[in-house]
This record gives sequence, structure tokens and C-alpha cells, in this order.
Amino acid sequence: MSPAHYYRCLAGIVRREALRFLNQRGRFIAALVRPLVWLLIFATGFHFVLGVSIIPPYETYVPYEVYIAPGLIGMIQLFQGMQSSLSMVYDREMGSMRTLMISPLPRWFLLVAKLLAGVIVSVLQAYVFLAIAYFWEIQPPALGYLTVLPALVLSGMMLGALGLLLSSAIRQLENFAGVMNFVIFPMFFASSALYPLWRVKESSLTLYYICMANPFTHAVELIRFALYGEFAPLSAAVVVGSLLVFMLAAIYGYDPSRGLIARRVAAE
Amino acid sequence: MDAATPITAQNAAAPLVVAGVSHAFGGREVLRDVSLAIGRGQRLTLLGLNGAGKTTLFSLITRLYGHRSGSIRVFGWEIKENPSEALARIGAVFQQSTLDLDLSVAQNLFYHAALHGIARRVAAARIAAEIERVGLSDRLGDKVRQLSGGQRRRVEIARALLHRPQLLLLDEPTVGLDIASRQFLLDHVRNLCHDEGLAALWATHLIDEVDAEGQVVVLHRGRVLAHGAVADVIRETRASSMRGAFDALTQERAA
Repeated sequence: MSPAHYYRCLAGIVRREALRFLNQRGRFIAALVRPLVWLLIFATGFHFVLGVSIIPPYETYVPYEVYIAPGLIGMIQLFQGMQSSLSMVYDREMGSMRTLMISPLPRWFLLVAKLLAGVIVSVLQAYVFLAIAYFWEIQPPALGYLTVLPALVLSGMMLGALGLLLSSAIRQLENFAGVMNFVIFPMFFASSALYPLWRVKESSLTLYYICMANPFTHAVELIRFALYGEFAPLSAAVVVGSLLVFMLAAIYGYDPSRGLIARRVAAE
Repeated sequence: MDAATPITAQNAAAPLVVAGVSHAFGGREVLRDVSLAIGRGQRLTLLGLNGAGKTTLFSLITRLYGHRSGSIRVFGWEIKENPSEALARIGAVFQQSTLDLDLSVAQNLFYHAALHGIARRVAAARIAAEIERVGLSDRLGDKVRQLSGGQRRRVEIARALLHRPQLLLLDEPTVGLDIASRQFLLDHVRNLCHDEGLAALWATHLIDEVDAEGQVVVLHRGRVLAHGAVADVIRETRASSMRGAFDALTQERAA
């Protein structure tokens, strides 16, 4: 297998993900409507309830909708990551997971390629959201649109890797509801997506620590700072660290001789 | 793996040799000391009832999960040690359809070609050739969802051949197909073995899919009860037909 083989394989997996995404227009619209509903309804409702004081990276008081925009981008990526996990479970049930697995290329490479393909879709969604949000006064500096790109790629990969890991452990399609309840909601609400952490700290120190330990908090903060042209080193470190842990665990989960697959098939 | 790969002792070896493979899920033994071999140009029918362990054996040969005992060699390459070399030589049609229903026939085929690292230009030519052989040239642009069960199976055969494998694995490929589609598949695979020297492992629970002049393996409750030329298996069980031989073998075991 030469580098050309690897490249063609990666290109093929990305192309398939893109085609699937374009073919499922409902999925694209749903992915955008969800954060927009939060932005247009939730944020408007809380506009006067929640005051946000001046905290980095913001240099002035910011309206609530500006505060939650990075959190909503995180939400897009969280859902996309879990949805790619759903598609892995679905794929496996439909058998196309097998198509992927009988490729002669190494399995770790196939999983990484699958991850990258999902990230490309999630970054695309994030930019479409930012473009729409621009008209709701969420207007970061022009350069911010560029500096946020690496942050989006990293956070997208981290959340996608988490999805892959879950997909190696989930047995059935129905369990996605469980993923919603036990992964998406806790990760989203116990984070800095909807409220600044100093406010959380004032009401509950325990919850504050939970939020700080939540990799999703750091994905959101990484995006928030990058959107304003700033770098958040701690968040970047946590995101990269979590990415590595999730990805290695996912590769282990899909390993034919050791992983979870054989055990799971056993139960069928 | 280039076209110019020299013939070595490795790829001159038998297309498939399974030796002493056992497999258990948890405490339940699904395969016990299974051995079989296929020669070039041979179509070996793996005959067994549902639950005999056929799909497990396919999953082990395609390395969906690893075998823990015994060995599985594809043209001499042990699947555990050289999965890449072995998988590159295998074309597989699984029991359940593995086509993406929302993509077109061509998109599905290009995707498979890409997974095997085949350049798009080369893939385009092979797709055209293989899809013509199964008589679906005019359906390339259609979504798979619009195809009938028999047509989907034909696409899967075409797909399994895109990377020019020398060993074809088919797990109950005719389940749910009408008589004409079933006959087409049987003939197509027979021709591939006869004309192009492909080796094929054809798993089925339908006794009439066994070639009278061919080779058969009878798998029952995870064990190989008979392996050899159909005529020999029938003679050894003192039966008059493959059906009689199968009944004799499996009843012997049940008693």
C-alpha cells in the first residue's frame, strides 16, 4: 500500500460523507435549526435576565446572544460528532461498516479517515451558522473567522473521536436516545456554553469543578477565544489530550482481536 | 500491490486454507476445530443450517474480528499477521446488503474502489466493465434504493470484483432472491471460477446450490462433518443424493 492508496482511500471516505450529507438535506437543516432556535428564542428571552460582565476574550459588555454563539457552535459539533457515531452504529447494522472494515488499509487509518470526513462536515455547518448569526449582531472581528478554523477542526475531531468511541461500545441504534440523555445533555449543560463559569462558581463550587473537567467546556472556550483572535492554551491542551485519549480508545474498541466488537457480536 | 507483482511462493499458495479454527463468544462455542481449503478455480459450497457458524467463519476470514486459535491463510498470507495482503485478495458479498441506499450505484462502486486505493480513472473503467457483466449498465446513475433485491445483489457482485480479488466469499448470497436472480448469481460465480480461475467460498443452507461435480463442506453446529468432492461425500455416507448425505451426517451427529 503506497501513499497514493492512502490518499485515494481518504478522498473516497470524505467524498462519501459529503454525498451522504448533501443527500440528507433534512439533516443539514436540522443541524442548523437547532442552534438557531437557541440563538433566536432562548438568547432573546434571556437577553435581559442574564447580564454578562466583561470577561476575556470580550473587551466590552456583550449581549447574551454574543456570549452563547461559541457554545452553539460547540453544540453543532457535539451533535455532528454524536451523529457520526449514530451513523457508525447505523452503518454497522446496515453492513456498510463491513465494507469499510474489509479495506486492506489499516483499521486505525480507516477510523481516522472517517473522523476527518465527519469533521469537514461539522466545520462547514459551523461556518454556515456563523454566516447566519452575523445578521443577529454576532459579528466577531473579520480575522476571527480565519483564526477560529483550527479551533473548529480540533474541537470537531475531539467530539468526533468521542462519538467513534461510543459507537464501538453501543450495541443498538435505539441507544442513541441514551447518548442524548447521558452524553449530549450533561456535556452541553455542565459547560461554559450557556453561562460563564464564574457565575457557576458563585452558585455551586462542585458544578464549577465538573464544568472545568468537562472537555466540552474547553472546546467551547477554545472556539470562543479563537473567534476573537486569541489562543486559550489550557483549553487547547485539554481538547488535544481528550482527542488522543478518545481516539486511542476508539481504535482499541475496533481492534479485531482485543476490542469490543467481538464481544458485542457475541450478544447478537 | 502492483499488477507486476512477481509470482512468489506466497501468492502461488492456495487461495484459502483454514486450519483448526475454533471460536467462542463468551462461553458459547460457535466454531470448533474448523478446517477447509479451496484450490484455484474451485467453487466450494459451505453447506449448513442457520446457526451452523457460517457467518462467524466469514467474519473471521474477513477479519471483522480476530480468530484466537488455528490459522487462516489467504494465498499463504496469515490474516492475523498480514491482514492487508490477505484482504486485498478477497472479494466479499455479505449476507445482509452493504450498499448505501441513498447513494447511486456508481457512487457506491467508486466508494468501494477508493477503499481499495484504486485511482478514479482506473475505477471508472472497471466499474463500466463489471456492471456490464451483470447487465446493469443503464442503472449506474440510479439510487440503490430504486433497485430490486436481485439487482442489488448483482451490484454487490460487481463491487466485490472491482479490486480484482482472487478469492470470492459469498455468504448466503441468494437469500430472498427470485429464481431468475438466483440462477444468474450461481451461473455468474461458476463462470468466474471456470473462466477466470477465481476461487469461491459459497455459503448456503440450500442443498440444491451444491454443485454435483463440485466440492462441499458440511458445517453443523460449528463442526465440519464432511469435506471433499460431492460424489465422495455422498458415497461415504452411503446416500443416494446430497440431501440424503446431509441428513445422514447431521442425524448421526444429533443421535
